[in-house]
Amino acid sequence: MKTIIGLEVHVQLATATKLFCGCSTDYQDDNPNTHCCPTCLGLPGALPCLNKRAVEYGLRVAKALDMKVLEESEFARKNYFYPDLVKAYQITQDDRPLAVEGTIEIEDDQGHEKIVRITRVHLEEDPGRLVHVAGASKYSLVDYNRSGIPLLEIVTEPDMRSPQEARRFLNKLRTILEYLEVFDGDREGGLRVDANISLEGSERVEVKNISSYKGVEKALTFEVTRQRNLLRRGLAVARETRHFMEGRGITTSSRGKEEAHDYRYFPDPDLGPLRVAGWVAGIDLPELPTARRDRFMEQYGVSLNHARTLTGDLRLADFYEEIAGTDPVLAATWVADILLGELNYRTMGIAAVPPGHITELLDLLRAGTITDRAGVQVLREMLDACAEDRPCERPAAIIEREGLSRASGDEFTSLVRAVVAANPQAVEDYRNGKEGALNFLVGQVMKETRGRADPRELRRIVSESIKMGEV
Amino acid sequence: MAGILDFSPDDRCNAFITACTGAAFGDGALAGIAVAINDNISTAGIQTTCASRILEGYIPPYDAHAVELLKQEGAAIVGKTNMDEFGMGSTTGTSAFGPTRNPIDPERVPGGSSGGSAAAVAAGLVPMALGTDADGSIRCPAAFCGIVGLKPTYGRVSRYGLIAHAGSLEQIGPMARTVEDVSRLISVITRYDPRDSMMLDQPYSHRPSADVSDLKIGIPTEYFGEGVDMRIATTVRDAIDVLEGLGAETTPVSIPSVRYAPAACCVICASEVSSNLARFDGVRYGPAVDTRKPWHEAYREVRQANLGPEARLRIMLGTLTLSAGYAGKYYAKALAARQRITRDFERVFCDVDVIAGPTTPTVAFRPGEKVSPLSIAGTLTAPANLAGIPAISVPCGDVDGLPVGLQVMGRRFEDERVIDVAYAYEQEVRS
Repeated sequence: MKTIIGLEVHVQLATATKLFCGCSTDYQDDNPNTHCCPTCLGLPGALPCLNKRAVEYGLRVAKALDMKVLEESEFARKNYFYPDLVKAYQITQDDRPLAVEGTIEIEDDQGHEKIVRITRVHLEEDPGRLVHVAGASKYSLVDYNRSGIPLLEIVTEPDMRSPQEARRFLNKLRTILEYLEVFDGDREGGLRVDANISLEGSERVEVKNISSYKGVEKALTFEVTRQRNLLRRGLAVARETRHFMEGRGITTSSRGKEEAHDYRYFPDPDLGPLRVAGWVAGIDLPELPTARRDRFMEQYGVSLNHARTLTGDLRLADFYEEIAGTDPVLAATWVADILLGELNYRTMGIAAVPPGHITELLDLLRAGTITDRAGVQVLREMLDACAEDRPCERPAAIIEREGLSRASGDEFTSLVRAVVAANPQAVEDYRNGKEGALNFLVGQVMKETRGRADPRELRRIVSESIKMGEV
Repeated sequence: MAGILDFSPDDRCNAFITACTGAAFGDGALAGIAVAINDNISTAGIQTTCASRILEGYIPPYDAHAVELLKQEGAAIVGKTNMDEFGMGSTTGTSAFGPTRNPIDPERVPGGSSGGSAAAVAAGLVPMALGTDADGSIRCPAAFCGIVGLKPTYGRVSRYGLIAHAGSLEQIGPMARTVEDVSRLISVITRYDPRDSMMLDQPYSHRPSADVSDLKIGIPTEYFGEGVDMRIATTVRDAIDVLEGLGAETTPVSIPSVRYAPAACCVICASEVSSNLARFDGVRYGPAVDTRKPWHEAYREVRQANLGPEARLRIMLGTLTLSAGYAGKYYAKALAARQRITRDFERVFCDVDVIAGPTTPTVAFRPGEKVSPLSIAGTLTAPANLAGIPAISVPCGDVDGLPVGLQVMGRRFEDERVIDVAYAYEQEVRS
């Protein structure tokens, strides 16, 4: 049974001021209702005045997604009552959005490239925020700091075929938005998603207000299961709106709560038509993720997978280019395969990692000063220090302090000798053809060297020394 | 010469909702002049109600742009004048604070919606006032009370701070006893304000000129036909003859689409009203909502209790005219009519410089005499709002002792010209 998914993504644009007034958008750490003025409070008589930068950001996205910008677009009022909506209407765009018909390339579940069509993008204002206070007497407070924050709504065609694809789409979209410098991915609630999902041949369900990337995949996975089970039991899927309950990982019907709305859209008389198609030509786009990915493969000779991973995050890609240095393939392996995992484990961002230290580490690895295993140890030591806000020592200092440099020469020989002497049974077994015995012996030496020896080299030496009957 | 103006009006007409006994003033073009402000224009620190209970006690934290400019030029803001609730009406009878009476004849209405401002000026309480006009609300009371009132070109005066009921039609405009004072006032309030996106940077800096030679005046047949009191038609015709005597040329014109104006205006107004007035929910200002109740219920109660019947009627009407399934039939049609009216005026203005006719089809009437949802007074005034053009009403005689207004309409952004025509007439009949 084919799964059909379309998304409506609301993205907070990273402008300095709100969409229709001069209030600052940087309110995250401030008290409620401190970033407000007559306009974003919807005081009687106040008027909206469009933020030019927000329009430019919207156009940047439109151009990056190869969209058609309307010669004349229009702001409309979406009328509904809600305590977080100061004017009892939201200024948005209805039948004449900023731009239409674009594309985003993602990987499907088989790892092949596929196109997700973008129906439209439009600008609108964010409402305020309700804070529900629980307790004996339940009540709600309203914070209007968010009121008037510019949102770009991005609507896709129903082109995704699995929850995983939907998640990959969002990751790709987020990456593009970050490359375009129109979006701050670290901002809480900066990206919210409504998802439409149906199983082929049955009714469509809208899951509203999912506020995390993981949430989208979880909510949709739950929905697929729920809808399949309904059909399996011979029941029909109802066409309805559902809410995702993040904490429980389920969706619940919001029927009754939201009746069929007639938003009575009409052109906002306070704002004239928007004629900005002519601005598009003057917009210089930065290199976008796909182009950068291809360039990484070309310029640095890294694999497709590494290139995808590295360019999947703007800051990671920048970081990589900074340290790629003389051995970009080695650098790619370390950043994509090891560093990224260690960062995720610590829920750290790449921004916290000093690039100079990584460059030094790579140099030491390439020079053979330390083994890969010791390298990982050094890396962990550094990241722990960064994560705990301790001064981060340079790799050489850590190696020196911990005695991690590669074991060699006499040290090596004497270690091997000691282990072989201590394990006569294993030596005997190996001589009798038991390969596993060699592994045991090598492991014993490794243990003694705390990863300072290269296992392959060690294997050769142990094996040779037994064969030569040195003992 | 900054100071405090002592203002204690003998307000027998109930022209004021709020009077400021001590009003500060400063230096400038209007130094020390008492100016009354329609109560739908925001004044920092002074209650601004729109003549509605739902805004009772609301004290704006900011000044409307026009008020800011008046203060910059030294004017003393002496009070807030009565009006029809949110500007909806033509009698000043729908005010939650009681009707205003016409100073010329207290038994009659002053017109509306800016009836308080007109009465305050006509009664001599203030020399000038600001009104607002979405379908004739400056010109109708100006005509009924025998003063001068200008609805400027749409986009000439910032609407920032104007609590509009129909923002696409409404402008703030000057009201005064003489054309010269109207001109003085408009020259202050047209300074550019980027906060009103519909405004153009075209400040008025003009001294009225009485020279109307070479002026072509169009006389629309529709303004002298059915529904217009014959005696008013005659009085206005006489006034136009005076202008002809001063060298102007007249020519009959026809603007057939103006017959759609009252209906179009009614639908557009109601549609915008249903959206504009939705924010009055008692959460942030005005009479407070009962927070113990579910918000839906609390909203309903606060709005039911504090919005007047006219406001509620128009909200319901506008909700219908914008609804799915009806918007095409009503709202879209009204916009089409508006376009047609605009084009018709543009066509006529290719041949004539101004259009002249009566401001209202009747003189001031007694309360309750005229009741129509299409607001009788709007039939001759609403076309200018729909077309966005400037229109002035200047007193031009009387019928049975009640003032008659001559209305002069001009091309967009030719407010100067309609002021000149009114000035020429006024100067001629006054001397």
